[in-house]
Amino acid sequence: MTATATAPLAHPAATGDEAARPLLEIRGLEKRFSLSGDFLEQLKFKGGKLVREQEHVHAINGVDLEIQRGEALCVVGESGCGKSTVARTVMGLLHPSAGEIRYDGQRIDNLSTQALMPYRRRMQMIFQNPYASLNPRMTIQQTLEEPIRLHHPDWSRQQVSDKVAEVMGSVGIAADWGKRYGHEFSGGQRQRIAIARALAVDPEFIVADEPISALDVSIQAQVLNLLMDAQRDRHLTYLFITHDLAVVEHFGTRVAVMYLGRVCEVAPTATLFATPRHPYTRALMSAIPRLEDDRPQHIRLEGEVPTPVHLPSGCVFHARCPHANARCRQEVPALIARDDGSQVACHAIEEGRLD
Amino acid sequence: MSTETSLQPTAALPSRWARFRDSYLLYSFRRDLIAQVSLAVFIAFVACAVLAPWLAPMNPYDLAQIDILASELPPFWIDGSDPAYLLGTDAQGRDLLSTILYGARVSLIIGFGAVALQALLGVVFGLLAGYLGGRIDAFLMRLADIQLSFSTLMVAIVVGALVKAIFGGATFSAYAVPLLVLIIGLAEWPQYARTVRASVLAEKGKEYVDAARTMGLPSRRIMFRHILPNTLSPIFVISTVQVANAIISEAALSFLGLGMPETHPSLGSLIKSGFDYIQSGSWWITLIPGAVLVVLVLVINLLGDWLRDVLNPRLYKG
Repeated sequence: MTATATAPLAHPAATGDEAARPLLEIRGLEKRFSLSGDFLEQLKFKGGKLVREQEHVHAINGVDLEIQRGEALCVVGESGCGKSTVARTVMGLLHPSAGEIRYDGQRIDNLSTQALMPYRRRMQMIFQNPYASLNPRMTIQQTLEEPIRLHHPDWSRQQVSDKVAEVMGSVGIAADWGKRYGHEFSGGQRQRIAIARALAVDPEFIVADEPISALDVSIQAQVLNLLMDAQRDRHLTYLFITHDLAVVEHFGTRVAVMYLGRVCEVAPTATLFATPRHPYTRALMSAIPRLEDDRPQHIRLEGEVPTPVHLPSGCVFHARCPHANARCRQEVPALIARDDGSQVACHAIEEGRLD
Repeated sequence: MSTETSLQPTAALPSRWARFRDSYLLYSFRRDLIAQVSLAVFIAFVACAVLAPWLAPMNPYDLAQIDILASELPPFWIDGSDPAYLLGTDAQGRDLLSTILYGARVSLIIGFGAVALQALLGVVFGLLAGYLGGRIDAFLMRLADIQLSFSTLMVAIVVGALVKAIFGGATFSAYAVPLLVLIIGLAEWPQYARTVRASVLAEKGKEYVDAARTMGLPSRRIMFRHILPNTLSPIFVISTVQVANAIISEAALSFLGLGMPETHPSLGSLIKSGFDYIQSGSWWITLIPGAVLVVLVLVINLLGDWLRDVLNPRLYKG
């Protein structure tokens, strides 16, 4: 795939100017979670003096991403690398500690609840666990009507129920399920309902946080196809969080690889799978089991992922990277665009030590 | 409570009644003799209390019906009793049965009223503390801690005594029921607030709350429409225990002379009024209302125990 193939698919409503602008821009995003409890718990005696000490988990530190209209950007990375935190911060469930998030050119991370409402309609989220994401005390009809009533307060009862019937049809759930409660359904059915809820307000951007990893394997493909159909029919843009590289290959337009709260490589899917650049991405790709390999050449990484409480200096990957040198230990690498449309954050690649 | 019948989605929908008929709640009730007897006794109590004006042989509040010459008559199984007074009479010649019926009514009104007030305050504060967190949480929970560090009875005595001293005994007597509801209700709200807060904290982390937030629903709606219905079972369980507690608190206050006046006795003030005569042989004035109070509180507690076991075995035991 070439660089031009990653150019945004034109949104039908988008004019030339809008089409050129990324739908979502994340700049220098950081999120820290305090580990130290409240103010009184932070006070400590050190060397006869009362000092205030705070420790943080650096869930994400300095993430830059752009999501173009119509694409499905997959974010991959191991557990605890901050994928879900990025998704939740984009959706406004968490407030970023630093950095900014722009949606369609407008900064949204510092908006008031009221000012955010138009964006809430345009961006929706699908959650990982369909057993927890439906309110057990609400019927499916109530669950689906709620976002519609909230965002279209002027709609009549008939309009609302027509819309509910329409989204239920589009995700393949029968109209007479509406009177039932979430616990009466299987995981795949519930995830369809959760997708219907997200689609009910006709969003243009959907954040999906591991939407199929809690599902039975036989159901995963169905739900994935449903998401792809919805993307085609409704011109959706996805931010898709997953660990499943097979899903990425099938679903993603571009892939962002994260490690310890930073993006180490962003590339068009085919490029990334064919020629991974970043040492971490190479190790990740070599770990995919392949049928044709009887003697797999896994790249074995030494050691453990460093704790996100005390981040390593320089490149977060340097302690495990076979190509690390003195510069890697001191200087944080920035994402640098390459000719093939990918961006890599690695000093070795930049210097040509590694191709 | 959920009917975990994994039905085919296309099967006919069960009606609300059918859902209830198949529910675990009813199933366990049918198998639990103690719960059945308790509920029967409790319903009998409530019915008697509600129908007191029609059931009672006389109106103990009506001075014209009271005959002082008929005072301290024993109950029917003891020599010297008057068949008109089934359970005997008290020191003022009031029919004890009628007085107990009216007294149980007062006790139940105060019990339920106080619990309604506690629940209202506790649920609202608990939801706010649990959902909003931060300073509001810290403030409300410290308030609850302070409140809990005083015993209910002490708060009630102080407030009751103050009101009595400021407004006079006559005013206190006239407004005794709402005052007792207020005092007991204010003293015990932290029980609810803490339990509700704990449930809210557990529910808040679930994804359906995140889903509601990403939808843009206002906090108030998320709290009351999404989280509150999912915290109802512990609220039900505490409520039963708290009704019994409130009735006991009221009886204790009345016994100490800070509750219902002699002219409108509750079970507690009846026990107190008879207590002076227990040495002179008229034990029934104290013991019969006392037994009634014990049975009433016992059946409510037994029902609460059963409900707690059914709804959630891990719940706190009040």
